[in-house]
Order: sequence, then structure tokens, then C-alpha cells
Amino acid sequence: MKVTFPHMGNVWIIIKTLFEMLNVEVIVPPLTSKKTLDLGTKISPESACLPFKINLGNYIEAAQEGADTIAITGGIGPCRFGYYGELQRQILKDAGYSYEAVILEPPDGSIPGLLKRIRYLAGNHNSWGRIMKTIYFAYQKSVAIDRVEDLIHAARPRLENKPATELLYQKALASLVSVTSYRGLEEVVRSVQQEIAERQAVQNYQSGSGSDPLRIGIVGEIYTILDPFSSADIEKQLGFLGAEVDRSIYLSGWVGKHVFQGLAKGYRSMKSYPRLAKPYLGHFVGGHGQETVGSAVKFAQKGYDGIIQILPLTCMPEIVAAGILPRIQEACNIPVMTLTVDEHTGNAGIQTRLEAFVDLLERSNCLRKKVPKELVSLERMC
Amino acid sequence: MSYFLGADVGSVSTNLVLIDADNKVKEALYLRTKGQPMQAIQKGIKMLRTRIGLKAQIMGVGTTGSARQLAATLLGADVIKNEITAHAVAASRLYPQVRTILEIGGQDSKIIILRDGIVVDFAMNTVCAAGTGSFLDQQAARLGLPIGEFASLAVKADNPVRIAGRCSVFAESDMIHKQQLGHSLPDIVAGLCQAMVRNYLNNIGKNKRILGPILFQGGVAANPGIHRAFENELGQEITIPEHFSVMGALGAAYLAQEKVGLTAKPTHFRGLEMAESSFQAGSFDCSGCANNCEIIRIKQNEEILAQWGDRCGKWSGNIGKEEDNKAAGHK
Repeated sequence: MKVTFPHMGNVWIIIKTLFEMLNVEVIVPPLTSKKTLDLGTKISPESACLPFKINLGNYIEAAQEGADTIAITGGIGPCRFGYYGELQRQILKDAGYSYEAVILEPPDGSIPGLLKRIRYLAGNHNSWGRIMKTIYFAYQKSVAIDRVEDLIHAARPRLENKPATELLYQKALASLVSVTSYRGLEEVVRSVQQEIAERQAVQNYQSGSGSDPLRIGIVGEIYTILDPFSSADIEKQLGFLGAEVDRSIYLSGWVGKHVFQGLAKGYRSMKSYPRLAKPYLGHFVGGHGQETVGSAVKFAQKGYDGIIQILPLTCMPEIVAAGILPRIQEACNIPVMTLTVDEHTGNAGIQTRLEAFVDLLERSNCLRKKVPKELVSLERMC
Repeated sequence: MSYFLGADVGSVSTNLVLIDADNKVKEALYLRTKGQPMQAIQKGIKMLRTRIGLKAQIMGVGTTGSARQLAATLLGADVIKNEITAHAVAASRLYPQVRTILEIGGQDSKIIILRDGIVVDFAMNTVCAAGTGSFLDQQAARLGLPIGEFASLAVKADNPVRIAGRCSVFAESDMIHKQQLGHSLPDIVAGLCQAMVRNYLNNIGKNKRILGPILFQGGVAANPGIHRAFENELGQEITIPEHFSVMGALGAAYLAQEKVGLTAKPTHFRGLEMAESSFQAGSFDCSGCANNCEIIRIKQNEEILAQWGDRCGKWSGNIGKEEDNKAAGHK
């Protein structure tokens, strides 16, 4: 059995760790590229969402490297994603790829069914204790990745040497891939933090501390906000344009909520979102529609300069949220922009909108003659 | 005399504007891009040169439009801005009270909402180009009419027909259907204008509070049929600025003036002689990593003026003589 899984931003690092530590052979699909998307689009229904198409592309590319089993999460009614695993298996079969799909969801809410699937993937050589321990370590790794991402979000607009910041990020991710101890995780995060602090110190010494960057909250559908390929690298682009970003969903928050059923709260908990969303959207609408609304309220309350929502075309929960966001925009007096992405999305179009949005925030800030805030210290993050 | 130059290089038109020290528009050019932005820019500069003379001095250059980066490279721009900001700047300079800008260009349409001279919201067409200038161009060509004549037809309509405007493909077949039924051409053209306006307000104007004073700009503002349809639909008067077709370029010129005024640095402008220089554009796929970025390279003689399209910054940060690049380890 050679297991593969779909890409979603940095998730592959965690899943790879998980399987490798359980001695299960795992094939990481080649990183998502234009070619991946082309392959996936060719065999996907036209109106399926962007993540669906990228998933299929990942599976095809993984099959070319010998993968024969797909591990994917499912769920009861999150959105159409709940049936993607089975649908994708059938489409792949018709296209000539005979994959086995192991869908990690409790069917009819039955936990034994889920455990049986986990046992199947992990094989008989692993004890339950070992499996649980490995899952918990993988979860801690996702927390470490989130902490690194957060540090980079803060560093991008502040450090002048942009390519060096990206290099630092890539290096940190590369070392996180192979770390197998809790101490190793802590060391990677600390070294990134230290490196950024040093660079900032040198820069402040040379040219004085700069002005405070704009702060933009990114909300929306989980896949497109976690996956830089599908959002045209929006976090990096905004960082280069001089804005610090934060997003509504971090990987560990999602894992904490769904895998540990809220027992582990993750680096950024999503717990407050339903409560904050309540005045605008009082109930679950599938996917993360309610979280999008709630997190938009949170960003507005925390004094962010603007909010950007990203959704894949035809995503129903986010369409509901997009209809509600203008009310938050009005009530909280915060600019909100919605970006819809699909396989036709051109980077130039997104770039133009991001530039215009940052201009909007900058010009209005500077005309309002806002008193400059204290320079945010990077240490507060950890 | 000294001027500031603004260039808006879009899909359909290349617009150049010169403003003088008193912020007055000295020259405004509206040229067709015809798929050749580099030639269009050089042609425009040539035309400007014959009008203002070689002695005229350009103090600063701003570029905007979908080819803003290309234009900036060719001209040597001091400021590169997106179309939305450029349009908003031009409109709010000329009409400080404006609260809504409707802009329809060649391949995009946008709405910009301002309050107290500050942009507070905007939207741009995303996945659909129905109801933009290109479509009108195409329909005029199909009917064998020059675009100017096509535009004035709508005003003569007595009884506009209803055209399905959701999608330009269906709009076209619906128009043909109405023609075959025997409706008069003015009625059909007027119906098309109404359909386009409905489509615009439903897509771009969705969730936006459109308050007056309203400006209508962009190339399509030359079309009185669309203008009238907007006024009917929104129930208020809509102003078309004098330089409606070159507002983006005008905004870019204002932004250049702002930038040069703030930094007090000399302009990067390559000089009016650039019209005679020969520029070469080329592209290649970078094989440095899995992204396979398509890199665009603009050269003047053997010197690399600019490169872009890479996600990592390996190429865009590396300009100058080609030999230097080889020495730096790039092929």
C-alpha cells in the first residue's frame, strides 16, 4: 500500500510526518502547479470548485509516482466536500486510475467505523497508543508551522530584503519536514524568531524603525485561504505591498476542532467565531460560512484596516457569507473585498485588486491622519 | 514648458495625457492599442512630440492600465498604479464631491465608491466580460457600423426591445433573433444598452450604495445610449467628465506629480527620443523550480530593461547588461 493525499498549503508536511512515523509508505504528490490544475480540470465536472480540481490533479500526479491509496477526510454535511472522496475515486476509476480511497469520516456518526479505517491505514504493526501519540505529535507540528507562518506574516511588510524573508520561510519549512522531536519543533520556531529579530535590529539601526504596516484579515473558504497556489499567493503579495496579514483559519485550529473535537484548541482557536457571527448569521450554513462571518467581526473589533474574503467559484457556504459581509462592512466601518477564484483566475487580475485595496486603505489612513501606533514588537507573537 | 505625463495602456486603447503646471490638461491622446502596446506607446510619444516640440520638459511620468508595467519600462515611469486608484484620483481631483464612479473600459468595468474624497469601496468585473467596450465594438463590427455611429443609434429609438444581457454570447444571439423578427436597428441597439446597464448594476454594482454625484467615465461613456440607460435606471443625473476616455491616464499624471512633488527626485523618464528606440520583448519559461514561471523580458539593444513574471524574484531583481546576468549564474 502506498498512501497519498491531496495538497492544501503546508498540510503535506504534517501528513507526511504522520505516515512516516507510523512506518507507512507515503507518496507526497508533486507540489501543486499549473500542470496539476490542468490535469485535474480535464476530468472534473465544470462546476465543481477549485479545490476539487486541484485534488484530482494531485492524485493523478501521485499515481504517476506509484501511489495506490488515497487518504482524505470527509464529514457529514460540511459542504459538498463531504462526498468528494467517493466522487473523486469514481472519476479517477473512469479515467483509468484504480485508486482505493480511505475516507476518514465517522459514517452515521459511528466511531468504530472511523477507527477501523485508521487501523487499515496504519497497518497492524502499530499499537493504538503509538497511533495516538503520533497524531498528537503531528498536531504539535501543525502548531509549529502556524507559528512560523505568523512570524513570516509579521516580517514580510517590515523587513526590507523581501527575497531573504522568503528564503528564511522556505528554510524553516524544510527543516520542519524532517523534525521528529518536540524540542526540534521548538528550535525551528525559535530560530526563525531570532533571525527576524536580528534582521529587524540591523535594519532599525541603519534606517530607523519604519512606520506601522497596514493590517489585513483574510477570511473565507478553508482550502483557498490555506493554499497559496489557489489564492495566487495573496499573503505574500500583500506582504510585499506592505501589509501584515492574519487569517481566520489556521491549520492547527482546524485540526484541534475537528480531530480532537475541541480538546486541543490549536494555535488559533476558532471557538469564538459562531458567537461573534450570531448577530448576522445565527446558525451553521455548511462549510465555514459562519466562521467567515464571525472572523470578519473579530478582525473588525481588533481594529484591522481591512478584510479580504477568498472563495472558490460556486462555493455555497461562502456565497452566503459574501452576502452578509457588506452588513459588517457598514456596521463596523471596515472595507471588505471579496475575491472569487477558479481555474481561469489570472494573477494579474488579483494583483490589480490587491494593489487597489491596499491603496484604498493607505490613502484613507493617511487622510484620516491616524496617530501612528507603537511599533509592534515581534516577540508578542510567541 | 514643463509637463507631467500620464499613460494608461489598456486592452483596447492606449491613452496619453499631458498636464501642465496649473493642473490643466494640455494634450490628451486616445489611440487604439491593437494588440501592440509597445508600438502604440511609441506612436503616442511621437504624436505628442510634434505637438509640444522637443524643447518641452517632462517632469514626471505615471503609468496605469493592464500594461502598466510594460509602459513603465518603456517610458521610465516614476509611479506605477492600478487602474482603480488612477481613475479615482482623476475623478476626485476634478469633482471633489463625487461619491460614485461608473467606469466601463475595453475589457473591464468597475465601480468606485467614494466618501469625502476617499475611496471606500470598489468592485471590478471578475469572471465575465459581458457589457464592456469590446463587446460593443464586436457588435458594431457585426452590423458593419463604425462604433461612433452605432452609439448614436440608440438615441433614435422609440421602443427599445428587451435583450438578454446576462451573457454576451446569448445577448448576441438574442439580438440576431430580434433583427430577424423585424425590429428596427435603433430599438435593438437601445435594448442592448439597457441590457448592458442592467447587467452592470447586477454584477458590479451589487451590494453597493450608489449615491450622487455620479460620474460616468471610460471609453464607453462616449455612448449616449448607455449614458441615458444609466440615468433611467438610477433615476438621477449622471455627469460625463470632459476627458472621460482618458481619466486613467489623467489620474496617472496627477499621481506622478504627487510622487515627484513629494520626493523631489528627478524623473526616470527616458526622454521623448524613446519613440525612436528599438525595444524587444521576449518570454521564456524558467526551469528553476516546479512553478515553471513564464518570464517576460524587455530589452533595448543588448540591455535588459526589465523582467517580470517570476514568483521568486530571481529574474525581476536582475536587470542590466545580459553579460552581467550570465556572470551571476543565470542563463
